[in-house]
Amino acid sequence: MNPELKNYTYYPGCSLHSTGLEYGLSTRAVFSHLGLELTELPDWNCCGASSAHALNHKLAYALPARNIALAQKFGRDLVTPCAACFNRMKTTDYALRTNQAQRAEIESIVEFKYTGEIDIRPVLGVLYEDYQPDRIASQVRRPLRGLKVVTYYGCLLVRPPQVTQFDDPDDPKIMAELLQAIGSQVMNWSHATDCCGAGLSLSKSTIVQALVSRLISRAREAGADALVTACPLCQVNLEMRQTERPNMPSFYITELLGLAFGLPQARTWWNKHLVDPRPLLHFLGLAE
Amino acid sequence: MTNYLSSEVTRRSGQHVELCYHCHKCTAGCPVVAAMEYGPDGLLRMVLLDQADLILSSQDIWLCAGCLTCAVRCPNDIDIAAVMDSLRQIAVSESYQPGEPDALLFHRLFLGVVQRLGRSHEAAMLGLFKILSHVPLLNDMGAGLGLFLRGKVPLLPGRSGASAEVGDIFQRCK
Repeated sequence: MNPELKNYTYYPGCSLHSTGLEYGLSTRAVFSHLGLELTELPDWNCCGASSAHALNHKLAYALPARNIALAQKFGRDLVTPCAACFNRMKTTDYALRTNQAQRAEIESIVEFKYTGEIDIRPVLGVLYEDYQPDRIASQVRRPLRGLKVVTYYGCLLVRPPQVTQFDDPDDPKIMAELLQAIGSQVMNWSHATDCCGAGLSLSKSTIVQALVSRLISRAREAGADALVTACPLCQVNLEMRQTERPNMPSFYITELLGLAFGLPQARTWWNKHLVDPRPLLHFLGLAE
Repeated sequence: MTNYLSSEVTRRSGQHVELCYHCHKCTAGCPVVAAMEYGPDGLLRMVLLDQADLILSSQDIWLCAGCLTCAVRCPNDIDIAAVMDSLRQIAVSESYQPGEPDALLFHRLFLGVVQRLGRSHEAAMLGLFKILSHVPLLNDMGAGLGLFLRGKVPLLPGRSGASAEVGDIFQRCK
């Protein structure tokens, strides 16, 4: 048995089977390449997303709790790539950990006993803490030289900090360190944790266009040619709602890791984007 | 200084609105405040003044994007996003006409799909939203088609053994 192999339970959530398809594909490819084994949680359910907490307080905790109940049987940390799922699961885990009355209520609705033995973790956190940037750097076959990016976390990976326990909510650093390890140039900007409005994208698209266009123009001012995200809702929203031309692509962090590692699957991810990143990659000599 | 609305907000959200001293940090940082009528700290004040009809029929409670910027910046640790959730829930349970009907429609369709399938299913949800909402039918057709052609909006839902148990959880959360 490979002593380097680490095992995790994997919660893709609804987006990684649909609009965030390439986030799921690239996450699985990169983790497998690094010897981090992901086993999909059988019979997982939707976390309830914004809609559950907007309309039904109990449901907003009960839906994620069913996934935690399933995952704790396997005793491995639960890797949750989608920032929205991560936030709902982590919020529920925090309530189960810190609020006895609410824990009793959730346990009775979901019919389980909370053990608190597994941790809910975002993809960035696992790569940074369990694999670490210097070892990521040692895997690079094709450094992403010339690729100028800004990191974009959005809201739900870092807020509220007492719940998410992840990176710095005002000036996050982890994604930049991973990107520097694979040779790309991370530009400074002040908008990494500003909201892109994804939750209102369908019902109030004009408000969201203004938010996204502001982010894109600030990224351009910072000298970036692309944004890098770790949230499937942000990624689609950033590519779909920008109004300025030329369009700016938005990569998943895992796509860029896969590209830098020289994974052959990487070429199958680019055509899933609403803003085709291939002209940029070709221009920099980073894609066939 | 409690009244019906503020005690109902506290009961549902665990938050104490009376701690607000109107420093406006929440409002200054809110990404959607330009589209709001009252803004976050205005709403908190109105809760304390028991202006239920104005708040519960306002657009503002449905425009909140749930980004939690306000909750993180509040010097008195009021989770204003949780207050917004509780105001939406009160508005629905007391049958107020929603200030943003499409936002409520979206949430209801989303949860309706999850209740039946255990998971979201974009094709069903987006299709119903396009037909039932006030958003012009042809808006976003290009983006929708783009996602479909990239294989990202499967027409049939994925199979999951979760649906029966999730349906039970919905019943118990009524």
